[in-house]
Amino acid sequence: MTTGLHLQNLCVLQGGAPLVALDAHIAPGEVLTVMGPSGVGKSTLLAAITGTLPHGFTIEGRIVLNGIDVTDLRPEQRHIGILFQEELLFPHLSVGGNLAFGLPPTPRGRTARRAKVDAALKEVDLPGFAQRDPATLSGGQKARVALMRMLLSDPKALLLDEAFSRLDTALRAQVRQLVFDRAKARALPVLMVTHDAEDAKAAGGNIVEITAQG
Amino acid sequence: MRLAPALTLLLLIGPVLAGLIGTIAPALGYFPAIGGTTLSLDALRALFDWPGVFAAARLSVSTGVVATLLSLLITALILAGWSGTRAFRWIERALSPLLSVPHAAAAFGIAFLIAPSGWIARAFSPWLTGWTRPPDLLILQDPWGIAMTLALITKEVPFLLLMSIAALPQAQPRRSLTIAQSLGYSRVTGWLKAVFPRIYAQIRLPVYAVLAYSMSVVDVAIILGPNTPPTLAVQIVRWMGDPDLTMRYIAGAGAMLQLCLVIATLLMWRGAESVVAKLGCHWAERGGRGKWDAILKWFALLLAVTTVAAVLLGLAGLAVWSVAGFWSFPNTLPDTLSLRTWMRHGASLWDPTFETLLIAGASTLIALALTLACLEAEFRFGFKKGRGGMWLLYLPLLIPQIAFLPGLQTLALMAGADMGRGVVIFGHVVFVLPYVMLSLSDPYESWDRRHATVAAALGARANRIFWTVRMPMLLAPVLTAAAVGFAVSVGQYLPTLLIGAGRVQTLTTEAVALASGGDRRIIGVYALAQTGVVFLSFAAAIALPRIVWLNRRALREA
Repeated sequence: MTTGLHLQNLCVLQGGAPLVALDAHIAPGEVLTVMGPSGVGKSTLLAAITGTLPHGFTIEGRIVLNGIDVTDLRPEQRHIGILFQEELLFPHLSVGGNLAFGLPPTPRGRTARRAKVDAALKEVDLPGFAQRDPATLSGGQKARVALMRMLLSDPKALLLDEAFSRLDTALRAQVRQLVFDRAKARALPVLMVTHDAEDAKAAGGNIVEITAQG
Repeated sequence: MRLAPALTLLLLIGPVLAGLIGTIAPALGYFPAIGGTTLSLDALRALFDWPGVFAAARLSVSTGVVATLLSLLITALILAGWSGTRAFRWIERALSPLLSVPHAAAAFGIAFLIAPSGWIARAFSPWLTGWTRPPDLLILQDPWGIAMTLALITKEVPFLLLMSIAALPQAQPRRSLTIAQSLGYSRVTGWLKAVFPRIYAQIRLPVYAVLAYSMSVVDVAIILGPNTPPTLAVQIVRWMGDPDLTMRYIAGAGAMLQLCLVIATLLMWRGAESVVAKLGCHWAERGGRGKWDAILKWFALLLAVTTVAAVLLGLAGLAVWSVAGFWSFPNTLPDTLSLRTWMRHGASLWDPTFETLLIAGASTLIALALTLACLEAEFRFGFKKGRGGMWLLYLPLLIPQIAFLPGLQTLALMAGADMGRGVVIFGHVVFVLPYVMLSLSDPYESWDRRHATVAAALGARANRIFWTVRMPMLLAPVLTAAAVGFAVSVGQYLPTLLIGAGRVQTLTTEAVALASGGDRRIIGVYALAQTGVVFLSFAAAIALPRIVWLNRRALREA
């Protein structure tokens, strides 16, 4: 099988000692949930997949995305999007600026790019928000902007790092549904790290429990 | 960018080492430019034949140690009495701007306050003192260096306080203090026993820098220090400025002595630390809950207020003198006001102001670029500064300027290099860079690196992340670091004087040169211009991010 996200005997080592390991295949449109106690290295695992491991960590195994081995590619060449618990909107850019940051260099030209940004905002019920300061948005609005910023960059896979755990229960279900729907609509393989059983149930896919190594 | 740390190290350490060699060589008789090709101890012998040598050496140690000790004590008391309270925010806000006042301007201001004809004497005359003319008291340039020590303290307390505030979060003072208080300790005693040791461990290098600086300071000593004999550092500058080049031998020997004095005092201080630590442990274990707390607390506040007031009133004094017409004793304010001094000297202010701005701007830009390159290299390639790196960063601040700057001039003389503005700029970088690095490191490293992860996941390369995400988000700390560097450069006296061979004239060298003339009106003009330049750079650093990020709440409030 060549489509989807393949983690082939992926193992993250810290100073040569195995820290966390995962061997999995996530098909397009599927969600794999990774659960485990805090401190077990779930976020480190995601950093290995995005290619942003801190120094002192090494990996074994391969990361293959749609048949392409991305293990040795730079983070920006991997096309793997990630959403964190915090939205991490760039505070110096407007809402529209954040979305435009995610857009690839093409289309060129201000009007074409603005049209894409406006369309994305409309898609998540935030029309006319382009000029707003991200700091003035509510939690749910920020989460939607972060999602669209990521989707506009045209990722081939999606990672969720406790992405919903800051939202309150009602909002949480809503945002979660939105994310899963968009991911399915774009046929993205999704790897979700969470400690919340509700998240796992809503995802509907396989669940992997990871435990401390060694 | 991978080379940035190495290049930075070279720019920091290279001049220091080269300068030390250039200092020690003539001290040992080697100075080929004027025929000294054999090693001899004549220069050292001549130094010890100079009648002032022991007084000068003693003065260097006593002013340095007393200024450092008192500054540290005042800082510790202020922190012990008030850190974490609302009042402390005010103390911090009042003291931090003092850091930007150039040493020379602060020293002149204090001179104007405490002189026999200064504001303090005027305020109490004649109703209390009975003086109708300035008393014949040797307050300024007293032989014990008291005036000079006081001026140093007003500048070192803000420095140590800000360094301590930066160290506070890591020491988790609130928890320790809560525990101590729940055990029945009162605030000041509890803080000193439970928190201070951890703070001191972190501000040790700044304290050493303060000690080395206070022992060998030149500009403050010229303005407020004793004259006959002067401090060792000032005497070395006199020898260096002597048209008779053979005086370079004894200057080198003096610089070597100064270096040895500083090293010996630093070692003694280090030794005293462990003694004090042991005594402190006994004190803590004796279990006293603190009897004098209330008094100590208010005394600390009084000291903080006095420090602020001394500098601010000093600056006000400079301002009033600069517009004073006739001003008879003991009137508190001038009899007449006039803009004559400003009109007459305003025009000649332009050249040194321009020179100051140019040198400070260039050296700050170089230091900022190197600092950012180093920090970004650390971020991207995982280089670590570590403890050794911190010591190297502090090296130019621990080795007295007077010990290696003469050597740089001597080396240039040997090489026949023309010592102009360009070399002065690189001389300033040696001192500007450590402060820029110290100021920017923490905010740079505490930036949430997940912003970089998100940007990379969106397809942005490392350079794009740096320029379009990290720099804009860190605009305020970057500008603050630049302003700090700028202030350090503006305040430099010795590097400009010695590396520039007296031909590069900045506001600082001009102001200090006016000290011997004693015309308070002109001194007021120059010292105010010097302070004003620094003040404007800080004002810009504070205002710009607020204007740029007017519509970005998260950054405006950061």
